[in-house]
Amino acid sequence: MRITCPLCGERDMREFYYQGDAVALNRPAPDAGPDAWNDYVHDRENPAGITKDMWHHQSGCSAWVVVTRSTLTHEIFKTELASKAKRAKS
Amino acid sequence: MRFSGLRVLKEGLSGNKGWTPHWRDPEPKAEYDAVIIGGGGHGLSTAYYLAKNHGMTNIAVLEKGYIGGGNVGRNTTIVRANYFLQGNSEFYSHSLRLWEGLEEDLNYNVMHSQRGLINLFHSDGQRDAFARRGNAMVNQGDDAELLDRDGVRKYLPYLDFDNARFPVYGGLLHPRGGTARHDAVAWGYARGADQRGVHLLQNCEVTGIDIENGKVRGVQTTRGAIRAKKVGIVVAGRSGQVAAMAGMRLPIESHVLQAFVTEGLKPCIDHVVSFGMGHFYISQSDKGGLVFGGDLDFYATYAQRGNLPMKEHVMEAGMTLMPMIGKAKVLRSWGGIMDMTPDGSPIIDKTETDGLFIDCGWCYGGFKAVPGSGFSFAHLMATGTHHEPAVKFRLDRFRTGQNLLDEEGTGSQHNLH
Repeated sequence: MRITCPLCGERDMREFYYQGDAVALNRPAPDAGPDAWNDYVHDRENPAGITKDMWHHQSGCSAWVVVTRSTLTHEIFKTELASKAKRAKS
Repeated sequence: MRFSGLRVLKEGLSGNKGWTPHWRDPEPKAEYDAVIIGGGGHGLSTAYYLAKNHGMTNIAVLEKGYIGGGNVGRNTTIVRANYFLQGNSEFYSHSLRLWEGLEEDLNYNVMHSQRGLINLFHSDGQRDAFARRGNAMVNQGDDAELLDRDGVRKYLPYLDFDNARFPVYGGLLHPRGGTARHDAVAWGYARGADQRGVHLLQNCEVTGIDIENGKVRGVQTTRGAIRAKKVGIVVAGRSGQVAAMAGMRLPIESHVLQAFVTEGLKPCIDHVVSFGMGHFYISQSDKGGLVFGGDLDFYATYAQRGNLPMKEHVMEAGMTLMPMIGKAKVLRSWGGIMDMTPDGSPIIDKTETDGLFIDCGWCYGGFKAVPGSGFSFAHLMATGTHHEPAVKFRLDRFRTGQNLLDEEGTGSQHNLH
């Protein structure tokens, strides 16, 4: 699997640290309550198909990258900076 | 049909014409007392113990593919009870005792081989941790022996003891650990369940779970609707999808774990050996192939195949520990989908829906748990109460933060196990 970092271009996946599902883009408010926070920290959609997850370009430029890819074929459809994806949501 | 030495002899002399299929291929009934979703090792053993221990014989196992085609046929066959935490240690201890009587119980040769398992350590700190683990195992009633460097040398003379980065300081020997023939475990449980009247429905994929007023009523399948007052979900890597049919979100991410096997060799590795640094473990199959693996690929996937970086890492680790295997040719590699929980320990529990039960989250350690998981899950489904050795495998432990079973001590978070 090769991941296109929006800043560095296409790189070996070994340069990236995998954080998991891109739930961080929808972080609950601090006072959202224990159920919302439990859901955020533990529960996952875990889709068999298209997913969005967060990768940290640890051995590269340190950017947080949101990767849209298939969990069935490993095909990568889109990568964007987490900061940009977060701004697009708000 | 009962297997015996006499029977093998008789069939051998009469052209092997008397063998019959190990299980029937029945049509689904409209209603059962209980259905198990998932005909893998855990689902089959659940059905077997429901019938054997609790007299529930009007039940069915629904398998979307064929019996033995999932993770029970894709693992590295290791059986052990070397867990440290209370909650885990009594469960795996119980499971290992079931393994030790399994062949007589099932009248089936699962080739359970207690060849001994050695976890190597490579620093003083790791020695202390393994000494503590060994004591926990002994306290649990299992066996463990701390080996020093010379002790390891007697068992495993072929290791690179003086590796500059990871010298072998010693190992924790678990003599009752070993391996079993994975397919035979599935077949033996399937046959045992079938003989007690359980319907094994293959090519029967569940497409929906019927719930009315908070109670489960049955399931929709590709072979028609089936009513049942009790439904058990035992679908490993696919737990997220099946639970979603009941409106649940699980604390589970599915990841791939790769494994590898070499060409058949003369006997050379007599034990199960794990490298304390760099994630590598190995045993030799009865056919002669070296069966080995390492860590997860560490990204969510259902692809049942991994990427090259982890392959390279596993090969490097193997060559670091035991350079002698470098001449063996790797025949094939494969991947299995692991239902990873945040703390790396499993779930055997009721759900918010009355009559709906779930057994999942076995991470990369499900094979050795096949007998214990089925035994405890059958107890829960039949009696409605938790079976003592599995009492801590609660679904709500992540929400409450109580009784987390973080065996590795790395934290209770999705990307850490």
